[in-house]
Amino acid sequence: MAKMNRRAALRGVLGGAAVSVGVPFLDVFLDGNGAALAATGQRLPVRFGTWFWGCGITPSRFTPQMSGERYDLPADLAPIAVHRDKVSILSGFNVNLDGVPNTPHITGNLALRTGVPVPNENVAAATFDVLIADTIGAGTRFRSLEMSCLGAPHSYSYRTAGSPNPSEVSPVALYQRIFGEGFQDPNAASFTPDARTMVRQSVLSAVSDDRRALMHNLGVDDRQRMDEYFTSLRQLEQQLALQLEPPAPIENFQRPAMPGAAPLASEIDAVANTHRVMSGLLAAALACNQTRVFNMVFSDSASSLRRHGDTTSHHQLTHEELVNPELGYQEQSAFFATRSMEAWGVFIDALASVREGDGTLLDNCLVVAHSDCSLAKTHAVEGIPVLIAGRAGGRVRSGRHIEGNGDPITRIGLSVQQIMGVPIDQWGANSMQTGQTINELFV
Amino acid sequence: MKRVPLASLLAVIGAVLVCFVGGLGFAQAERSEEPLSTGAPTNLRRLTEAQYRASVNDIFGEVSLTGRFERGLRQDRLIAVGASQQGLSPFSFEQYDVMARGVAAQITAPDRRGALPCAPQNVERFDAACARMIVSSYGERLFRRPLTNAETQRYVGAARAAHQRLGDFYGGVSAAISGLMVAPEFLFRVERTEADPNLRGGIRLDAYSKAVRLSYFLTNSTPDDELLRAAGAGELHTSHGLARQADRLISSDGFETGVRAFFWDMLGFDGFADLTKDAVIYPAFNSRVAADAEEQTLRTIVTHLIRDDGDYRDLFTTRQTHLTRALGIVYRLPVTPRTGWETTEYPEDSGRAGIITDISFLALHSHPGRSSPTIRGMSVREVFLCQTVPPPPPDVDFSVVQDSSNTSLPTARMRLQAHATQPACASCHRLMDPLGLPLENFDGVGTYRARENGAPIDTSGSINNLNFTSAGGLGQALHDTPQTSRCLVNNMYRYAVGRNAVSGERDWMNYLNGRFETSGYRVPELMRTIATSNAFYAVTAESEGGDSTPGGGQ
Repeated sequence: MAKMNRRAALRGVLGGAAVSVGVPFLDVFLDGNGAALAATGQRLPVRFGTWFWGCGITPSRFTPQMSGERYDLPADLAPIAVHRDKVSILSGFNVNLDGVPNTPHITGNLALRTGVPVPNENVAAATFDVLIADTIGAGTRFRSLEMSCLGAPHSYSYRTAGSPNPSEVSPVALYQRIFGEGFQDPNAASFTPDARTMVRQSVLSAVSDDRRALMHNLGVDDRQRMDEYFTSLRQLEQQLALQLEPPAPIENFQRPAMPGAAPLASEIDAVANTHRVMSGLLAAALACNQTRVFNMVFSDSASSLRRHGDTTSHHQLTHEELVNPELGYQEQSAFFATRSMEAWGVFIDALASVREGDGTLLDNCLVVAHSDCSLAKTHAVEGIPVLIAGRAGGRVRSGRHIEGNGDPITRIGLSVQQIMGVPIDQWGANSMQTGQTINELFV
Repeated sequence: MKRVPLASLLAVIGAVLVCFVGGLGFAQAERSEEPLSTGAPTNLRRLTEAQYRASVNDIFGEVSLTGRFERGLRQDRLIAVGASQQGLSPFSFEQYDVMARGVAAQITAPDRRGALPCAPQNVERFDAACARMIVSSYGERLFRRPLTNAETQRYVGAARAAHQRLGDFYGGVSAAISGLMVAPEFLFRVERTEADPNLRGGIRLDAYSKAVRLSYFLTNSTPDDELLRAAGAGELHTSHGLARQADRLISSDGFETGVRAFFWDMLGFDGFADLTKDAVIYPAFNSRVAADAEEQTLRTIVTHLIRDDGDYRDLFTTRQTHLTRALGIVYRLPVTPRTGWETTEYPEDSGRAGIITDISFLALHSHPGRSSPTIRGMSVREVFLCQTVPPPPPDVDFSVVQDSSNTSLPTARMRLQAHATQPACASCHRLMDPLGLPLENFDGVGTYRARENGAPIDTSGSINNLNFTSAGGLGQALHDTPQTSRCLVNNMYRYAVGRNAVSGERDWMNYLNGRFETSGYRVPELMRTIATSNAFYAVTAESEGGDSTPGGGQ
């Protein structure tokens, strides 16, 4: 088949009168490695996501001693024991600051996600989830879904400096956004396109008609912002186009129940509960192709997780708590690192519990979990922990402990982008620039 | 035509001349003091949540908004500056779309459609004339300028297409209105320039763009019909016409909203959205207290600055305040009315004076479970003195200096004292802690305490080598230091133009500081000076940048 440029295709589709984008649309852009097929004979899509937790790890409780497959599981990795063959641990990959001041909890996190260290939230490039969403997210209702579990809309997904893609903080609101108005049950018996959806389409097309005149009068930066506006408008147009198409049936899919109201706070049990509910909703949304890209924030980068009644947050503890001489680490801080990995286990469970083809949803996902630092006490950006879960539809070799030995952490970002089909061979800036993927990840 | 006696006609002309010349003379005298200022390129400001809400209410009357708003971007300490840099995510667009359709449905619903400018002759057939009237009247308010013919046609076309599909005229115009409401011309303030007839080769903001700057600055909302009329009539290009509109807005109810919006931004009250306090440690603190605390400080500010025409600096020393029952519990002060607000004073022996002893400041700049002299001291510098404190060095082991469980160091001062022994810490902490320690009599939510962990609290502190021993002393020092008022002027101007001042505005900023001092530090007067200045509206072409030679302001 002739190679098809995604943007050109999109332009063609949107420029033409008929804005109907069916499921086969995506297949043009897959590289053919995907092996999984649904019972319906359709190829199952590959999804990408990030899962973030703040304030790093307790090295002695986290980093495996053995490399390669069947790595050992230190205490904090116990929650992933049953999924070990589908989770890789990447240790010892560094952020090189190249003289950029290390602003605690910000610089390492954004350098890992953009390939360029910055001293504040003004990212110098888009985060890799956005680049991947540009490649695989176009044919779905939502280009990506962002979620934050601790009651505040933290997000580390940026297209440009200045406006992170905001997170949903409430499971109820997340439910309504995905399964409320505009949701089409893929297994509904009949399908009738809604005239109101067509009206909304023509209204949006009237709004975007004036684009050129508007752009003409703007400076460079403002033109970029207006581009972002029109990208957002186009996403809504795509959502509407999909609503005019009968959805492809999905095996075993049932619309989830509306979650009950629960407290949203930074207290650890509330966060764990919010995370559990959101993970289930997300898994259902992925299963019925509402989105192919997501970003889950379990805790913020300067972790504000707390225990009920405690005066001190996880972040404060990492700085103020004395090291327990017997254990060799900060005991209270370690509690939160342990709980974070428990949540990661819950998240993987949620993906693995959805049957898909002859495997599970997890097999058709690639999820990059990472933190903002390795040791929060010193804000170390050397060896920021990264875990990769899922098999990306058979495109990725999983279940290994891979040691970076001080290599730039951009090798991870480059590798996952290539796995997801982003056409790049170099990524990152200055000493973080790399063209070297991590071969152990590739099939 | 009616005959008019010559004498009275001459008298009228004479009066007009006197007015005109008098007005001009006054304006010139005032203007002659204002130094040249370059201005900067136009900017594209996204409406903030408050501006969106106020604009929609001003245009359509009371409507309920059902969507959610993306968080405002705070840049260089102001959301007003961040709004010139913030993009618009797919999430936000979705939410704007939900709200737009909600508003359009409400105002075209059977119970409200009588308020539309016209009704169709026949609901069955598309009434293009009526649709055009609705599109152009709401379009002008939403875009803050008359629509072009092409724009009107496009939105009327959308209404027609929708009518045909839905078989309903109101469904059609509702669709067009929701389109206008998600258009970039509504969600962003798009500024336009034109050739400046008074300066060859120069450019100026067009009249509608001036109206928009003026209106959002003074009232935090969209230009009203009278301001749009004045813009259309060219009155905003004359100093007299501009002053008349500015004075009209300053005496309107919207002005208080405008002053509140500025202080809400400067004081970082968006932080209340994230504020949590541990319910076990601070059982009296809840969302009611948080909302009232925010309102308390804003009430004190507008009462003092607008109603009492007070000196800005006195906000740091005044004991006048406003309380509710919910606040009274945290303040441990009796409040008479069962519901609503009481205008009152902090008792002389309460240790409180000035807005930095309000719980809005104390609670916002503390940890969830305890106070923080460091955060409070840093916030005093950043919020009220416009100074930036560098972030902590990344590789410091804090556990050496701050072990909260160490009973031999019961107070924060003792724990922080250890900072002085480490030079890397001391260089920044001596900027922060001496401004926060005087507030240590107030715990993490702002309740008074004499002791911490049983030990008496020492509230001495200093700023610029000026020593004091209490919160009151800190307030007095903020009152006295010239940086406080310069910071206010700096924030106010940046808030007005949505960007930092550029080097070509240095003389103007000095002038503005002088005017503020001369006026006795009157904030409304400062806002009037900005609103009626040349500098506020001056623009340069994009390529020239902010460092170009003066020219745009002439």
